[in-house]
Amino acid sequence: MTYSIPWAALFGGMLLGLSAAILMLFSGKIAGISGIIGGILTPKNHEFTWRALFLAGMICSAFIIAPLGFALPEISDQNLFVIMIAGILVGFGTRLGNGCTSGHGIIGMGRFSKRSIYATSLFMVTAIAVVLIRRFLGDI
Amino acid sequence: MLYTQILRLLTGAISGILFGSGMIISGMVDPNKVIAFLDIFGEWDPSLAFVMGGALLVFTPIYHCLIKPRKQAINGDAFAYTNNQKVDRKLLLGATIFGAGWGLAGFCPGPVVSSIAGGSEVILTFMLSLLVGMVIANQYLAGRFRFVSPYQTVDPQ
Repeated sequence: MTYSIPWAALFGGMLLGLSAAILMLFSGKIAGISGIIGGILTPKNHEFTWRALFLAGMICSAFIIAPLGFALPEISDQNLFVIMIAGILVGFGTRLGNGCTSGHGIIGMGRFSKRSIYATSLFMVTAIAVVLIRRFLGDI
Repeated sequence: MLYTQILRLLTGAISGILFGSGMIISGMVDPNKVIAFLDIFGEWDPSLAFVMGGALLVFTPIYHCLIKPRKQAINGDAFAYTNNQKVDRKLLLGATIFGAGWGLAGFCPGPVVSSIAGGSEVILTFMLSLLVGMVIANQYLAGRFRFVSPYQTVDPQ
């Protein structure tokens, strides 16, 4: 079996990059999702409505591209307690570290920001380690 | 002023739609795929590396050629990024904790928001927990847990 380029992943990724570029070029904002959610929790002047519209656009995109044959995957078989712990860790960690996969991984890395390069390397390594540990422990 | 505001809101909505579409089309919304991508010592599925690759392929040249030379954004707003280069303990601790949560469930904030329309209880549970985690972090950063916080002042965002 030969390896083929995952075109959907590449094209989807390019849309993420385009979105981040448009948002920054036209209105100076950073398309970091944890940052946008965080700004909704503690709103400042002129910083609330565009964030709400961005998040609304994200949520509605599932309906917009559904006619093109893209559907959300079936998510089941998940331990809700593990999901809850993971959610708290992701929320706490992204706020403390000022960004997630988008803010650090795309915008920060694209800007060659030293902080984002450190953060991205670190969360990748930690996530890989956690997956490895769970593999040894068996699925919890 | 009106132009600035309208463009800010319009850009927000359009970028949000593009971002959510990118998350769904790329497969980032599937936690099993994310875990398979992180499972480099097992049956590694490297396809999601193309997501970050594709994003950087588009964003990086636009940033360096079109955005960086500008003094302000097209609508007149200031650029929100800072040129902070300081790698501090808070950044490293935050990235580590985030990575642990990401590896545990295969969800990060972008894919979860993009999946809300599906109405899955898993997604809603994660989303609510994420908000709780952020509120706890805000309290921590504001020094409410001073007995464990090594930081003396509120961090300016």
